[in-house]
Amino acid sequence: MTDSLTLQKVEGVRPSSPTWRRFLSGWTGGKTDRALRGLLLPVLLLVLLEVAAGSGWVEARLLPPPSEIAATLWQLAQNDLWAHIGASLARVGVGFFIGAVLGVVAAVLVGLSRTFEDLIDPTFQALRNVPSLAWVPLLLLWFGIDETPKITMIALGAFFPVYLNVVCGIQNVDRKLIEVGEIHGLGKYELARRILLPASLPSVFTGLRTALGLAWMFLVAAELIAASKGLGYLLSDGRETSRPDIVIAAIFLIALLGKLSDSVLAAVEVRSLYWRDTLQTRKRRRV
Amino acid sequence: MSHLDINVRQKKFADKVVLQEAHLTVAQGEVVSLIGASGCGKSTLLRIVSGLEHDYRGEVRLDGTVLSGVSRDIGFIFQEPRLFPWLSVADNISFDIGKVGHDDARVSELLAEVGLSGFGKALPKQLSGGQAQRVAIARGLYTHPKVLLLDEPFSAVDAFTRIRLQDLLANIAKVHGITILLVTHDVDEAVFLSDRVVVIGNQPGTVVADIKIELPKPRERETQALLAQRSIVFDALHSVHVV
Repeated sequence: MTDSLTLQKVEGVRPSSPTWRRFLSGWTGGKTDRALRGLLLPVLLLVLLEVAAGSGWVEARLLPPPSEIAATLWQLAQNDLWAHIGASLARVGVGFFIGAVLGVVAAVLVGLSRTFEDLIDPTFQALRNVPSLAWVPLLLLWFGIDETPKITMIALGAFFPVYLNVVCGIQNVDRKLIEVGEIHGLGKYELARRILLPASLPSVFTGLRTALGLAWMFLVAAELIAASKGLGYLLSDGRETSRPDIVIAAIFLIALLGKLSDSVLAAVEVRSLYWRDTLQTRKRRRV
Repeated sequence: MSHLDINVRQKKFADKVVLQEAHLTVAQGEVVSLIGASGCGKSTLLRIVSGLEHDYRGEVRLDGTVLSGVSRDIGFIFQEPRLFPWLSVADNISFDIGKVGHDDARVSELLAEVGLSGFGKALPKQLSGGQAQRVAIARGLYTHPKVLLLDEPFSAVDAFTRIRLQDLLANIAKVHGITILLVTHDVDEAVFLSDRVVVIGNQPGTVVADIKIELPKPRERETQALLAQRSIVFDALHSVHVV
């Protein structure tokens, strides 16, 4: 009697809980629910800012309300916003690609050969500590102010996280799996292609996603200093013309594009790592 | 000329001698168990035969030819399944040849033999421990090896799974007539499966007893004859202070 009562109670919990509770509790939400949950904080923030500006709590001259920023964005979209976005995207794309490819290649060399590790790893470990801005004067001196210094800088930013993560991934590949390769007579190249790289793929993606984030940071650093196009240029243009709405619009676009490009990479990651038996793949199965 | 001829004069790790004058010959199709205390060098002996250990004095001959390094004639099954998690079961089994040109018929045949028909597309993470070890056995057999080496292959599974895996190995030995060298800690397993049980003494490791198990196959478990053989092996282990 008591048993069946408790059982009913337990079964009753989920259907009877209010919608907002189900929406917030992690495990029950579908894919759309989860995306909506992610939008909750930004939307609340926008509403708060709008109210704050409208009621005079903050000075609209310094912190324009979201509606005004939206209008600015609309206005920019009629003019050269797309050229700015296109220029920035191209720089990030090319720089990230070059940096990531070089990072993987260098990491594989270092991961496979102790000689290479002894020769180049200490130098890379030292250079990775140099902040992005420190490269700017040198790159400007070397390459002038056209695309080359910007892309070099973004590639530099993307290189190190990829390099470090892939080296770490390769060095942590289970010796037991490598032995299976040895039993099958794999040479060094085959070992890298068939065991070391697939086994360190999770680290490769960690590196790529960190690198993409840094690529956006380095992009802004490069464009703030010398550019006539791009989102970083929009930032400095907004400051020079005392237009906080343009500055905030550019910040918003950088955040949005950064998030979107990371989501693309994250989707590729999930697809490539479907074979993993981890908390993340288990979560995905539940959703 | 014997089929498999193992002559290890000395094997050291750093300054420690792990194997000293370990000599063993195995006939074609024979099942031989190596048993002995933990750290006595029996796994090392197996790794030397497999070609994974190069740095030793001595030689291993297969059908008269000195082996240098790994060989497709020798399959190796580890204590853990060691499947590649990113490859399907079928791709794991045919790992030796790689994705290009792998023999689907051979893979299905092996899957059927280890009792996993239809599992070819599964991923290792979807398998139980016993199933994963069956896949590892199929992978070890893929190249039609003449010799199969097993390093405590069933020590990480539960007792029921172990019995079924032992039956599978006994059947493989019978069907393929393959030579099997098995390292184990389990006296019952050694006696049940083997034609000979070889006791390796400790520090440095060397062959101290070579016991023939002259019982017809297939064998029943828990028979008087098997128990009698078991106590002979135990006596030998006692005499070298393993137990």
